[in-house]
Amino acid sequence: MDLSLFLIQTLNGVQYGLLLFLIASGLTLIFGIMHIINLAHGALYMVGAYLAFWLTSLVGNLFLAIILALPIALMMGILIERFLIRHLYARAHLDQVLLTFGLILIFNALQSIIWGNDVHSVPVPEWLNHSVALTDNLRYPVYRLFISGVCITIAIGMYLLIQRTRLGMIVRAGADDREMVRSLGVNINRVYTLVFAAGTALAAFAGMIASPVSSVYPGMGESVLILAFVVVVIGGIGSIKGAFLGALLVGLTATWGTVLAPNFASAAVYALMAIVLLFKPRGLFA
Amino acid sequence: MSRTVLETRDLTMRFGGLVAVDRVSLQVEARQVHAIIGPNGAGKSTMINLLTGALRPTAGQILFYGRDITGMSPNRISHLGMGRSFQRTNVFPSFTCLENCRLASQSRLKNSFRFFRPAESYRQVTERAERALELCGLSHRRHTPAAAMSHGEQRQLEIGMVLATDPRFLVLDEPMAGMGQRESETLLELLRELNREYALILVEHDMDAVFSIADVLTVMVNGAVIASGPLDAVRNSEAVQHAYLGEADAVEEA
Amino acid sequence: MLDIPKSIRILLLLLTVLLACYPLWGEFFFGDRYEYYLQKLTFMMLLAILALSLDWLVGITGMVSIAQAAFFGVAGYTLVMLTPEFAAANVWVVLPAALVMAALAALVIGLLVIRTHGIFFIMATIAFSQMLYYLFHDAPFFGGSDGIYMFFRPEVSIGGVQLLNLEDRQTRFFIALVSLVAIYLLLRVMLRAPFGRVLRGIKENETRMRALGYNPLFYKLAAFVIAGTIAGYAGFLYTVQDAFVDPSAVSWTLSAHALVMVILGGLGTLFGPVLGAFAFEWLHYGFSNVTRHWELPLGIVVILMVLLLPRGIAGLLLDLSNRIPERKPDPAPAQGKGAAEAKPPIRETTKEARP
Repeated sequence: MDLSLFLIQTLNGVQYGLLLFLIASGLTLIFGIMHIINLAHGALYMVGAYLAFWLTSLVGNLFLAIILALPIALMMGILIERFLIRHLYARAHLDQVLLTFGLILIFNALQSIIWGNDVHSVPVPEWLNHSVALTDNLRYPVYRLFISGVCITIAIGMYLLIQRTRLGMIVRAGADDREMVRSLGVNINRVYTLVFAAGTALAAFAGMIASPVSSVYPGMGESVLILAFVVVVIGGIGSIKGAFLGALLVGLTATWGTVLAPNFASAAVYALMAIVLLFKPRGLFA
Repeated sequence: MSRTVLETRDLTMRFGGLVAVDRVSLQVEARQVHAIIGPNGAGKSTMINLLTGALRPTAGQILFYGRDITGMSPNRISHLGMGRSFQRTNVFPSFTCLENCRLASQSRLKNSFRFFRPAESYRQVTERAERALELCGLSHRRHTPAAAMSHGEQRQLEIGMVLATDPRFLVLDEPMAGMGQRESETLLELLRELNREYALILVEHDMDAVFSIADVLTVMVNGAVIASGPLDAVRNSEAVQHAYLGEADAVEEA
Repeated sequence: MLDIPKSIRILLLLLTVLLACYPLWGEFFFGDRYEYYLQKLTFMMLLAILALSLDWLVGITGMVSIAQAAFFGVAGYTLVMLTPEFAAANVWVVLPAALVMAALAALVIGLLVIRTHGIFFIMATIAFSQMLYYLFHDAPFFGGSDGIYMFFRPEVSIGGVQLLNLEDRQTRFFIALVSLVAIYLLLRVMLRAPFGRVLRGIKENETRMRALGYNPLFYKLAAFVIAGTIAGYAGFLYTVQDAFVDPSAVSWTLSAHALVMVILGGLGTLFGPVLGAFAFEWLHYGFSNVTRHWELPLGIVVILMVLLLPRGIAGLLLDLSNRIPERKPDPAPAQGKGAAEAKPPIRETTKEARP
């Protein structure tokens, strides 16, 4: 094993983990605050990637495409919460599972109808489309570093938002005590809509910035969904800190797994989860 | 006669910085009704959760018939003979009265990994359930689903289920909660009846009920016991009058 | 929930008889497509067993598992892996082996997830079943994403005398039917027994069960393993029928479909999910005949079902049967829905059958 391979895999693992964090953090917030399980979260990641592909091909620039796509993603989140999820707050998790599974079916069909079933790639923006020298004979694509940078920025922003602001306080309180939030005179429905839309937008955004690296294809949301579940199970429900750590662990395990034991790479991630569950049945940061 | 049924030694429960139960030492003797009273947040419910194993104490000891049960699981404690009723009605709504009691009674089988014979055909189980129903006065309702009964009847059933587990000792968490005058009296009668056989711990807000049935009274405030002893002594002690009963009386008479 | 109204019991019996007689009337109605529908119905019955096993977990015990297909698929893979390439396997070897593997998988996954609750349980089951999926998908040994064909179906014989010919479609149809009925009745019996009562109690109130002296973990684990083994049995027969297995048999999508069958049919009623399996597969088949994008109408149906029909087909039937007055002394069965007169609905409290 040489050093450069180690370095590259570690960087890839971190980048993958950070991307997973974007997806899992939305999921864990929605669980933690709204007590809703959203299976369609991965489908929204896919939708984000397709939006990025489609809009990039129209406007010719990924970043412009993202700027155009984000409001669409937010809007989708708001509509889904308003018209579907809202009926489920008082219902069993089972109903949430089924309804959001129905959403997956619909998103998959729409994707196939609108964009077809081909695999697409999205060009890396020109100014990021080069690589930097890490060591004398090792270069690393700048775009991947850029993804990591963006994810870290968002993670820090989210942390500050939740720890330091009034909105964050409501969000934290909502996780513990819905009645209390209501008694504060806060419109809990609006908070829920906001949280859901933000979570949706995060997943879609992850799909958008990942699209040049991962390419865009049908069913791309589902493997990501399950991995995000693994992240949340490892980190503990509703914990952003847990999601962050869990995501990095999963990202590194997955990328290292592909090098060390290609046939069991995907299973390794679940083995990790099994170990965590054995000792911490509620996750690391529950 | 004065065999100690339950004893706690410096029982303490902390939730983070909050001390919910603070070094409580109690003794319950055979056939005693030991009432615990105190304002909301005094730690009475926490106390019950500790005794029945739902919570694990931070410190201290619980002895049940001389045996250390500290930190045991609720199901083991139940099998040692401590029966617990819940403050919020906790019956199985889709089961009939009889089924509720039978499920409780069935817990005394060695295990319930019995897959083929219908539950009704276990004679002893059913008999014990019927007896419990009779004791709690619900025999005439045996085939009514619990969900279809009045609140008072559900409270009765709650106690019936505890009885169906063949307990040696009862821990009742506000059995009168939310009951009307007449229902309370029926229940009180039942408790007196039960007291002939069982010792019991009673957490209750209804002072009249407490005074009419308790032998020993413990008053808790902010997690600590401020007075404990024979009913009359405690009722008339100044500290208690001041800290708790005075207010309660004032409110009740207002 | 324990006693099914008589009118529904009669309906179920009629449907079973109708199904059993398909070889008699099928050809007359469907002509050329008789064989095709015979196979289709066999698949449906096997999926109905899967749905039934899931209802035992979700509807009776209250554990929302999305891992049911894992045990289904594990049994299927066990069968195919143990079948020699150019000869038939011995059913007395492969069937127990498949069931044991399914039960083992359920035991291991069950031990890991049993202490978790709610959303956590759902996610953990999905994730572990997906672990098995990737195991079968990535390892070349298991045929990867292409799956593996089984060229000979197992041999069912005792002492060299062939009892059943699994290569015969009609035989497989009847095996599926008998299995479905037998497993349904077995679960009904277990539901009435102390074990079933405990599971129902756990579903309604686990804390209370603990306080009554039960340790819910043991019972939940037992329920999980029983359901997993039954799912494995369904998976075994499904693979016999298909003579092929691929990772989709282990996928969480199949688990989710089974869950839809359960809800569509009626959670916790046992007979509902069986009807739900037929209804779901029929919709699935109908939609995919009409459009390549069958997921769209199916997704819409699933969402509407959750919002408008939470008690499923069984709920509808139960409401309907409440309108049919039950004539108690009269031994003649009150037949047909035509008997629904304008009488007010009677809410019958469940009466216990005393021995």
